[in-house]
Amino acid sequence: MSRQSKRGVKKVSSIIFCTLVYLFLFLPIIVIVVNSFNATTSKPYLSWKGFTFDWYMKLFDNTALLSSFGNTILIAICSTLLATCIGTIAAVGMYKYKFKGKSAIDGLLYIPVVIPEIVLGISLLTLFTNTHIPRGVLTLVLAHTTFSIPYVIFNVRARLSGYDNSIEEASMDLGANRIKTFFNITLPVLAPGIGGGALLAFTLSIDDVIISYFTNGQTKTYPLKVMESIKSGVAPDVNALSTLILLGTVVLVILTQSGIFTKNKQ
Amino acid sequence: MNDKKVMVEIEGVNKIYGGTNHVVKDLSISVYEGEFLTLLGSSGCGKTTTLRMVAGFEEPTSGSIKVAGVNIENQEPFERNVNTVFQSYALFPHMTIFDNVAYGLKIKKTAKAEIKERVTNMLDLVQLGGFEKRYPSQLSGGQKQRVAIARALINRPQVLLLDEPLGALDLKLRKQMQLELKRLQKKLNITFIYVTHDQEEALTMSDRIAIMNDGVLEQIGTPTDIYERPASKFVATFIGETNLFEGCVSGIEGDAVSVTLETGTVTAKGSDYQMNEMVAISVRPERMQYSFEPVEGFTIEASVKEQVYVGSILKAIVILPNGNEVKIERLAGQSIPTDGKVYLYWNEDDAKLIHSRSQVFFDAVENMTFSSVS
Amino acid sequence: MSKHKMKSQTIPALTMVGPVTLWLAFFVAIPLLYVLVMSFCSLDSHYNVQFQFTLDNYRRLFDANYVQIYLQSLLIAFLTTLICIVIAYPFSFIIARTLSKKKAILYMLVIIPFWTNSLIRIYGWRTFLGTNGWLNNTLQTLHLTGAPIEFLFNRGTTVLGMVYCLFPFMVLPLYTAIEKLDTNLLEASSDLGARGKTTFLKVILPLTASGIFSGSIMVFIPCLGFFFVSDILGGGNADVIGNLIERQFQSGNNWPLGAALSIILIALTLLLVKLYQKCGGDMDSLGV
Repeated sequence: MSRQSKRGVKKVSSIIFCTLVYLFLFLPIIVIVVNSFNATTSKPYLSWKGFTFDWYMKLFDNTALLSSFGNTILIAICSTLLATCIGTIAAVGMYKYKFKGKSAIDGLLYIPVVIPEIVLGISLLTLFTNTHIPRGVLTLVLAHTTFSIPYVIFNVRARLSGYDNSIEEASMDLGANRIKTFFNITLPVLAPGIGGGALLAFTLSIDDVIISYFTNGQTKTYPLKVMESIKSGVAPDVNALSTLILLGTVVLVILTQSGIFTKNKQ
Repeated sequence: MNDKKVMVEIEGVNKIYGGTNHVVKDLSISVYEGEFLTLLGSSGCGKTTTLRMVAGFEEPTSGSIKVAGVNIENQEPFERNVNTVFQSYALFPHMTIFDNVAYGLKIKKTAKAEIKERVTNMLDLVQLGGFEKRYPSQLSGGQKQRVAIARALINRPQVLLLDEPLGALDLKLRKQMQLELKRLQKKLNITFIYVTHDQEEALTMSDRIAIMNDGVLEQIGTPTDIYERPASKFVATFIGETNLFEGCVSGIEGDAVSVTLETGTVTAKGSDYQMNEMVAISVRPERMQYSFEPVEGFTIEASVKEQVYVGSILKAIVILPNGNEVKIERLAGQSIPTDGKVYLYWNEDDAKLIHSRSQVFFDAVENMTFSSVS
Repeated sequence: MSKHKMKSQTIPALTMVGPVTLWLAFFVAIPLLYVLVMSFCSLDSHYNVQFQFTLDNYRRLFDANYVQIYLQSLLIAFLTTLICIVIAYPFSFIIARTLSKKKAILYMLVIIPFWTNSLIRIYGWRTFLGTNGWLNNTLQTLHLTGAPIEFLFNRGTTVLGMVYCLFPFMVLPLYTAIEKLDTNLLEASSDLGARGKTTFLKVILPLTASGIFSGSIMVFIPCLGFFFVSDILGGGNADVIGNLIERQFQSGNNWPLGAALSIILIALTLLLVKLYQKCGGDMDSLGV
């Protein structure tokens, strides 16, 4: 075989391979989207009975589902904010200062990341029962913040590794005190890392099943509501909501990718 | 120079890291108003630490630093009226050039119109007019350097501290910036404390040079002083190239000191030398004389090892009977030995006498002998 | 002077690192200690946890049924990791080596599915593979099979679900490691006469091994705990250790036993992480 045709075969086979992988990744999503338009009314809502928008209409009557989604968003926002604040400040502090017990904090940070989620879930459950903290939105926020903090710290830390310490000194040298320096210099320069960490924290929070499953009490998050409905066969209104969420996030990403990030290229 | 006002007074400053790492040792320097002072030394000699102590990023372990007569020990960096130009430029990557330069004024809440005017003037001064809206990443190294200088100078500091500001530039740009910096300093009449390890840069730009070695101030003086009258072997070898001949004082008559070298006795001018003291004689390569025939008086026989061509300069390396190498340098067009045997000699005025051991060491030895006797 | 020093170092350090330390102590260290203590506790007749020391929970861990599930769990995790490596390696290689603009899009396409709830996507697989699901319907319409085939509820489908859930955790570190590869290095290798296979084995593989290691850790360990995947796709035929723990804390209501089972999982995790560090793995690359 000539070199050129060899390269051609290589290229075609890699395209086919990638397409198959993407097909694998998107197949269940196609199922969800298609089923959200399925006119079937009989459980377990599987066979195709024609096209309808009914489920999207019915979605707005399903208050339990909508409120679970509201809970998910509320918890995600709160835990992301908390984790981002604590994590960012901690990452900067750990980068700047040397102190005893630093490696101990590092060790603790890795635990939520490497340990199976179920272990963190049941240990938090044990904590909340033993300290009599009533399980609900509060405990969910605390739990989600806990597993989000390390991801924020790692993201900010990655950004810090290419960080020139002297820009902070330059700022102080030019008359800005520590607090002004933090807000004028440190924070904006670290923003991409902080943003990346926050986005990850938010994503992990809205998708979390296992830890929420043990720390929720009577409060239902959207994933837990889905879990509940799986037993009886997921109704197409859940598919409809999932489709809407997916659509929303994709639009958001396209907007940010084309708008905000191009403005301030560094 | 002495009638001038002292701007920065560093007095008996020590800096010790972690209890044992003594990086600056009992340093005292006075910097005069409007002076361009260079701290020169190889890396790790404590020059940058000294600069950072003046800026306020490090604190002296002991000793005091005064700026315009005021002790600044308890002032934070942002409270001191000194500004720094950093080696890495330290430009704020998320701000435009305008915002970078305006930063200090904005912090001081200067009126907007005044900020605009002063920034524009300052950028013109460093020849960066029209670059206001760019970001640091869009500038070349030399341009970044100018922004860093403008950003510091716009605050009209009493003292400008420069930490190897030209270190990252290529040779041609560096030469150009050296002249430009000197011009700026003369024009604005601001006191500069400049840190570098490049002796040529120090000689070109400075009013005075302070040479540091291992945390100790070896010598401070004008470039001519330092080059012509090095106070120690370290200074003699650090500034320019030189040939050192070690010997022992064998006679003193007024300011004529006889020194016995391995190859004979020679006289050189000098005061405060003692009999039998170990000394060195420094002869710059361009002052080293040679002849193909034996000459009268003191002379050293040597054989030529190699010849080096460095553009405008010719160099020859000759080997002494004891194996030491001696350098001879001439401007291109002049003659230089190429091979065979030569006889080296020098004019008495070109031989600089240097204490071989530092006086401090001598005192210490004397004290030791004294105490062991008593 | 020393007072000044205190002001400039200790207080900022404390205010910056203090909150995270307290948080991690209270929500990670103390809960795990609780679990450890509980694993030695016993139950009273009303299924309440009693602080009475016992080793019973640990004795029960060696129950043959449990041991079988540990082994099954390890097998599932091993297969999942292996399949992830085999698929993700060439895949990451291709996307990391495409042109820059396309690369970002291809990379995003790996992430996007994960913005849809993972449970519902797993359920999507059930819809697709079920006896009256899409695949069976299609096969029957095409007359390739007469009766519907039962694809679901075995180890195979559980592994499929695990691979599906954890695939990006293998892609991300591999992608990073491959992107870091210096093209000059590959050229140098072929310049020195190495063939494709040799270049791969002697240059590319060793340089991307770190990606494989951290990807494996990030896939293998969660596999042991992902009880909902084996619930939905394994239907009780392919339980993992996570299922055992979940049952003790929910329906089984035997928290001390569940705690002891968790200790096994913790020990296993520690062992694997130690192994990872021995192989020269960097803990920070497990984060993203």
